[in-house]
Amino acid sequence: MKPVGERVVEWTLKGLAFSALASLLLIAVFIFMEGAPFMVRLGVKDFLFSSDWRPQEGHYGIFAMIVASVWVTLGAMLVGAPLGIAGAVFLNEFAPESVRRVIKPMIELLAGIPSVVYGFIGVMVVAPLIREHLGGAGLSVLAAALILGVMILPTVISISSDAIGSVPRSYREGALALGATRWQSVHMVVLKAARSGIAASVILGMGRAVGETMAVIMVAGNAVTIPHSPLDSVCTLTAKIALEMGSAVGLHRQALFATGVVLFIGIMVLNGLAMAAMKKRSART
Amino acid sequence: MRIPPKASQAIAVALLGGATLLTLAVLVFVIVFVLGKGLPVINWAFLLDVPREMGKAGGIFPTIVGTLVLPLVAIAIALPMGVGTAVYLTEYTRPGRVTSVIRFGTDCLAGIPSIIFGLFGYIFFVTILRMGWCILSGALTLAIMVLPTIIRTAEEAIKAVPNSYREVSYSLGATRWETVLKAVLPNALPGIVTGVMLSVGRCIGETAAVIFTAGTALRLPDSLFDSARTMAVHFYILAREGISNENAYGTAAVLVISVLIVNSVSYWMMHKFISGRSA
Repeated sequence: MKPVGERVVEWTLKGLAFSALASLLLIAVFIFMEGAPFMVRLGVKDFLFSSDWRPQEGHYGIFAMIVASVWVTLGAMLVGAPLGIAGAVFLNEFAPESVRRVIKPMIELLAGIPSVVYGFIGVMVVAPLIREHLGGAGLSVLAAALILGVMILPTVISISSDAIGSVPRSYREGALALGATRWQSVHMVVLKAARSGIAASVILGMGRAVGETMAVIMVAGNAVTIPHSPLDSVCTLTAKIALEMGSAVGLHRQALFATGVVLFIGIMVLNGLAMAAMKKRSART
Repeated sequence: MRIPPKASQAIAVALLGGATLLTLAVLVFVIVFVLGKGLPVINWAFLLDVPREMGKAGGIFPTIVGTLVLPLVAIAIALPMGVGTAVYLTEYTRPGRVTSVIRFGTDCLAGIPSIIFGLFGYIFFVTILRMGWCILSGALTLAIMVLPTIIRTAEEAIKAVPNSYREVSYSLGATRWETVLKAVLPNALPGIVTGVMLSVGRCIGETAAVIFTAGTALRLPDSLFDSARTMAVHFYILAREGISNENAYGTAAVLVISVLIVNSVSYWMMHKFISGRSA
């Protein structure tokens, strides 16, 4: 028989252990409770597939925002995924130990720079460059994609770096013993073995890009239109929520929470995919 | 045409190295740009004066206080929950259905973007619990946001404590909780502190989750039930509403320096901790 104190401690710890799960459920329940009934009343189809967002007249269609989020995210992946994976491969397979020891912490620091700072750099540096050299207003899909692409680099680099690092050494040695060059062993063997971890890093990066808010508000221009070119101004789901949350009441506020529901589901799908990819990797090794 | 293997290797290494250099160049540019524009603005008056004309003139003192208090309260809330979870997962259960459910919840929570935390904090703490925009609402929201980080780092740290420590403690007749409290946690402390520092860094830079929960009051807060503005929020408002680019740069520089210091310390601790273990 355990002493009473020990049992109290154990039950307390057990309670605490469910705090993260409980928080997650609480978040889901309250976001859905505010947003889902509105979506159903308006009609899910009208809400998701209309581009007419005029809260004053009772029009709530988020299609343009969904398209904007997809464009900006895919653009960010075009910038961030190749750069990030290349960085991870270089650091793990080609850089000397001394170089790696300097560069890795620096890249971790990149992750700590607040998103508002990136947004500001986008406004002060990236947008003017685009305006002068490519035309348009500058604040655009392209500017947002460039800034977000940089912001997801640490995620992509650190997770794909872990994946590459966990490929057993014998794989590389086997390839080298067959007469392969270093690069051949990397792209034929190591990258193949690490591909699900690398995929997970890219998907998690996408999740970050979809969810990023403050930087996007500052650089994307926030026009609620379906973009026709990368130089068009757009308003993403996250930007719309953050921009109007402060002043929204009644139906308008519910519409923003419904937008949050869409975002929440999108992020959960991406996270689920990333977790599945990670699991595949740990099952193999 | 086939490129000879040696040449293709040279090309690949050049491209990969170039990509890495580009990443580094961006990082250096961001920091140099912000510090270059912001450092000239910073002086004692800027740090210790109250803002005037919505931040157009004067200093940023109340936002520094906000930036110190909010993460502190958030950590005070998240630390017991996070370390408790980690202790339960590592010391009180075996891996099984319960642990995998908890871990799934933690992983999901880690992936939620900060604007969702902001929405949740606004509807739950600010509106339903009628706490209003205040430091406590903001800190509770941030606490949930950093919980996964604290759980994961504490778990790693506790797992790294050698089993022999526990065995010695049990052999001396200690109970499980006494063992956790006196043998396991003190040795896991550096790892736990690393997680705390990482979380503080994230709280300092956070905007979306804070602006809808702690509010944007520029006054010096009197209590946890007062609204407060952090440096990140202040910077966002200055920059976005075009109040003062000069003060925005100054605030950004203080913000970036604080985050860099906090993150460097946590990175350094993490590595010291890891190398200390393997030695």
